[in-house]
Amino acid sequence: MTFKSKLLNHEEVRRALTRIAHEVIEKNKGSEGLCFVGIHTRGISLARRLADLVEKFEGKRVPMGILDITLYRDDLTEIGLQPKVRETRIPFDLNGKAVVLVDDVLYTGRTARAALDALIDLGRPSRIYLAVLVDRGHRELPIRADFVGKNLPTARSEVVKVKTQEDDGEDAVELWEMEGA
Amino acid sequence: MSESATPTFPKHLLDFRDWSRPQVESLLETAQMMQEVLSRPVKKVPALTGFTVATVFFEPSTRTRLSFELAARRMSADVVSFASATSSTTKGETYKDTLRTLDQMGIDAYILRVDAAGVCHQAFGWLQKPIINAGDGWRAHPTQALLDAFTLREKLGSLEGKKIAIVGDILHSRVARSNAELLPMLGASVVACGPATLLPGHLIGASLTTNLKEALSEADAVMVLRLQKERMDKGLLPSLPEYIAGYQVTEERLRWAKPQAPLLHPGPMNRDVELEGSLADTPRSLVERQVANGQAVRMAVLYHLLVGKKS
Repeated sequence: MTFKSKLLNHEEVRRALTRIAHEVIEKNKGSEGLCFVGIHTRGISLARRLADLVEKFEGKRVPMGILDITLYRDDLTEIGLQPKVRETRIPFDLNGKAVVLVDDVLYTGRTARAALDALIDLGRPSRIYLAVLVDRGHRELPIRADFVGKNLPTARSEVVKVKTQEDDGEDAVELWEMEGA
Repeated sequence: MSESATPTFPKHLLDFRDWSRPQVESLLETAQMMQEVLSRPVKKVPALTGFTVATVFFEPSTRTRLSFELAARRMSADVVSFASATSSTTKGETYKDTLRTLDQMGIDAYILRVDAAGVCHQAFGWLQKPIINAGDGWRAHPTQALLDAFTLREKLGSLEGKKIAIVGDILHSRVARSNAELLPMLGASVVACGPATLLPGHLIGASLTTNLKEALSEADAVMVLRLQKERMDKGLLPSLPEYIAGYQVTEERLRWAKPQAPLLHPGPMNRDVELEGSLADTPRSLVERQVANGQAVRMAVLYHLLVGKKS
């Protein structure tokens, strides 16, 4: 893969997350019944940040969980490499909660679809929202995000890489080109 | 969806000859994740939707079969079962015919239990699909060893440098053989102990002794095997009281092992034969954990042997 450009820098990521946190609070009319669930791997760091921001703005800690969607993927019959099954940990009752699912990039929509099935097996939230840092288009399923950091039109041959301080040592969104594409 | 992939796994699970430590570690890690699935209110995930798994048992078994079938169902695979007593059948030819018949029905994986060692190895010449050995004669019972390793690690942490004693009828035990193969791969040393008539000439991966005190001395965990009473008919045991006097694992004898060394048993247990009956109900007994972990480990085995391999 070859690097093409930096789409968002540290400051821009911070502002996007700050805006999303405000939008979530506005839509939910406060932090009552709210919780964040981050999808592996970058979604977890982003969900944690959003939970921190909500606490900062509203003065109240909202619960946070992590979700692995591997066992819910729709391509396990034909996939080549076996994806690693990772931890799911939702240390609170989802019933009646307003859940904000958090992922780094919204692309085909298949991860979000799998995440919805996984969440519903774990409880019955009153409402599920989807928050993503980047929406890069090319949906294959009827799914849309409620909160978007940045809409980025991309080509399918491109790769959008979200980096976080926690996982990669810096906050950034980068555009890469796949080899031989 | 860019995420880390697991190592490539062997096509079958017959024994651990084709398996490497990273593969085993990765499988045990997956089993850990399956534990979480089993703790949910809805204990079912769609991972193996569209796969059909056959349990083919030529030898009676209740718990292993139930554990495998539940594991497959919890992963959303369809399960069919074939059970047969071997007594009325001609060995070799019948296994082959039965399996080839099933093979025409679109089975994606076979879980095989046979009374004769090596049939599982032969079977992969007859079938094009993954085979999971659920016990073949005295030779191997790999998922039992995996669940034992999982249970031991849950209790002891890393098995590096740990001493595991296996006590009982080692000669006829596929559980002992599979554990002697697997536990040293994870860094443990295995000592197998029993009366001379119930010990093999040698056991790859383990040291052998007829001295119970030596086996239990400083052991980090003790695995007790079932004494099959039918062995006495073959004259391998002078008498039950004599076995009990020399080899029953008792609370007093467990003092030779490390303090609170856990106790394992693959089941079914003969209380007051191979072990002092009340021991199974003490906190140091991991027998119930072994059963619970068995399901998670078998879910992990099915995941790694099936995902990505549907032709």
